[in-house]
Amino acid sequence: MSGMKDAGHLFRFAGLFVLAFLVFLVVRTYVVPKSFGEYGHYRGAAIGEIASRPIKFAGHQTCETCHADIADTKTKGAHAHVNCEACHGALAAHADDPMTVTPVKPDTAVLCAQCHTASAAKPKDFPQVDPADHSGGVPCETCHNPHSPIIGSDSGASAGSGSSAKTAKGGAK
Amino acid sequence: MNISRRHLMILLPAAAVAWKHVLAGTPADSPNYQMSEHWWGMLIDIPKCIGCGNCVRACQTENDVPDGFFRTWVERYHRSDWHLENPEVISPDGGKEGFPEVQAGEEGMFFFVPKMCNHCADSPCTQVCPVGATFIAPDGVVLIDPEYCLGCAYCVQACPYGCRYIHPTKKVADKCTLCYHRITKGLTTACCEACPTGARQLADLKNPNDPIHEFLKTHTVQVLKPQMATGAKAFYNGLDGSVR
Amino acid sequence: MSGVEGYIYPNEVTLYWSVLIVLYPFITGLVAGAFILASLERVFSVEAVKPTYRLALLTALAFLLVAPLPLVLHLGHPFRSPEMYFTPHDTSAMAMFGYVYMWYLMAVLVFEIWLDYRREIVLLSQTSKGLLRLIYKVMTLGSSNVSARSLHIDDKVGWIVTLVGIPSAFLLHGYVGFIFGSLKANPWWSSPLMPVIFIFSAMVSGIAAVMLLYMATTKLRGLKIDMRCVDKVAMYMFYIFLIDFSLEMLDLVHRVYEADESFRSLNFLVHTKLYFSQIVVQICLGTIVPLVLLFLTQVVKLGEMARKRIYILSGSLALIGVLAMRWNVVIGGQLFSKSFLGYTTYKMALVTREGLLAAIGLTILPLLFLWALVKLLPPWPDKSLHEAATGD
Repeated sequence: MSGMKDAGHLFRFAGLFVLAFLVFLVVRTYVVPKSFGEYGHYRGAAIGEIASRPIKFAGHQTCETCHADIADTKTKGAHAHVNCEACHGALAAHADDPMTVTPVKPDTAVLCAQCHTASAAKPKDFPQVDPADHSGGVPCETCHNPHSPIIGSDSGASAGSGSSAKTAKGGAK
Repeated sequence: MNISRRHLMILLPAAAVAWKHVLAGTPADSPNYQMSEHWWGMLIDIPKCIGCGNCVRACQTENDVPDGFFRTWVERYHRSDWHLENPEVISPDGGKEGFPEVQAGEEGMFFFVPKMCNHCADSPCTQVCPVGATFIAPDGVVLIDPEYCLGCAYCVQACPYGCRYIHPTKKVADKCTLCYHRITKGLTTACCEACPTGARQLADLKNPNDPIHEFLKTHTVQVLKPQMATGAKAFYNGLDGSVR
Repeated sequence: MSGVEGYIYPNEVTLYWSVLIVLYPFITGLVAGAFILASLERVFSVEAVKPTYRLALLTALAFLLVAPLPLVLHLGHPFRSPEMYFTPHDTSAMAMFGYVYMWYLMAVLVFEIWLDYRREIVLLSQTSKGLLRLIYKVMTLGSSNVSARSLHIDDKVGWIVTLVGIPSAFLLHGYVGFIFGSLKANPWWSSPLMPVIFIFSAMVSGIAAVMLLYMATTKLRGLKIDMRCVDKVAMYMFYIFLIDFSLEMLDLVHRVYEADESFRSLNFLVHTKLYFSQIVVQICLGTIVPLVLLFLTQVVKLGEMARKRIYILSGSLALIGVLAMRWNVVIGGQLFSKSFLGYTTYKMALVTREGLLAAIGLTILPLLFLWALVKLLPPWPDKSLHEAATGD
């Protein structure tokens, strides 16, 4: 087969190809992560890794297990749907270790204005005031109980919330 | 009702148990969470948004989002009566610290639009990923595998909504995970938890008892850029036509 | 927030595809263009361009070796790039790159060059000394068969490889256009014309580059430039350039006439941030001027010196124009917000991994590779080797 002999160099070139491809296949079995393709074209283990990232906001259900009194006040008032951490900030660390991690009480003069400062861009039915005009710098909680802000709607008024804050050690007040 | 020391002795261990239960692990070792039983989305109720920026701050806290980048942000639209197609939009620092006030009586309409990853069912970003580092999880959440991402930024280019960025220090694509570490444990997302008006609500379309079904039955909702046909799952109530 | 005008989504301030991604389609374009020029002689038997045949192949190889570098350098995690080979995502145009690239590099270019040079390689492996001898020995793959029959087989196989190579070259570069053209999120890119425009501008740049390299190397070797060859090459460049220009204008006119939702935004961009690079450099200097000059050489009888000067000028301008086109596509496509309400600015870094210096380095590198390749595999007929050879 002289024809084959004269094409021999072509087979050598092709052989290199095949060899490289085989090496590629072998390396591939080692480097592709084990969970790749478990659910689709991605590393299945990534889902679990993402799901196990740390939590910073404990969630109002967790808060309510201890602060049932405040939750009680809240459900009856206009802030019923405002979750605890919307005002008090992320407190998973406090839920984790309530005795040592004690949250700082928010300054109502600043906090309330974040939502309730009047702006024509806000929905019309949302309660809005010009803070300077409305209170002249007096903290909102002087008149409003933040957990049930409509004056007179909550029997305990602001005093009730105040006393709970004192007794609930490390409470979210 | 006051809490005494004695009460605390009883309450704290109970709370600790409840909390540990919340923290219990990953979908893999948490028998409570089955990926196949969920199909996550988000309801955004524009008429309820007051532009306080609570969601943006909460997201940055919960997810360690680097400064100047946003997994969620809030835009304020000013749609003039004279330029319906060309609204004036602002989003100072993603709306993180709220917005400048608007005087009553200004011409046109003002409103806020919270933005985030739409967790598209036909997502253009996962389509273009060359290696499978971003994907739609079986429960409909679009995720990024930071251990596998090359940082080629093709997905950033492919997202019509500008939801993705390259993390400045990790050098991989990053975006909203729909607080996957929370929703798999029965919690809602950080933005929903922090929203004071209920303008954002996590929705599980596979859960027949989820209020989303009643809402969708009774409201006119739209997704962003429907012409992109991405199967977006961030449903907007009261979305104005000028929003893009 | 410097450099931001109007409203852009807050994550759009930073541009992620830098000058290196401008360079990448430019370089692959040169590869595809140079290869198509080489195939003119091989497949379409255009005898006149024969003096450029081997130079075109080596140019293509030199640039192809550099082509993946800008891509890899721009990655956030360059060392993860093998994932593209190990777990390519079948719906990603970019994932195809690895495979198309490998195919084009090994099965087309290296194979064709090897077949074409095999006789010389075998002879050189016997005549040269030292390290070079070893290199040539390895390149023979241990076969010193240069019988007339084996060379005849090489010639036949080489023809087939070139034939396969033409669609491969189109694929290599068309896919680069597809990477941009297939993104519905970006109206500046999203167009089915994109791959076609990329291929034709690639051919223009590749032909211009080989033409200039041929004239330069001939001059350097102190030989006379084969005007019949250069005239022919310039003619092909002119006609392909004409098609390229028509396609680009078609795209432009279509955009202007349709004036869809993105038009206001893009129109503003072209008149401001892209005015210099698009209108002045790409369209006027880089396309219309060389087209008019080349047109003159086609219709007016000009002296040899005048033609040479026109070819050098229009070749250089065409290269600049095509580079500007890549810039306008890649950078331009990221300057406007997908909200169509604002713009950002690209600030090119200087000495970073993705900076200007890296870009300049990557432009020079293929020329160094070409120099080495020319030393190793001289593209011009060597008298002594010719005499030593048996066939032909």
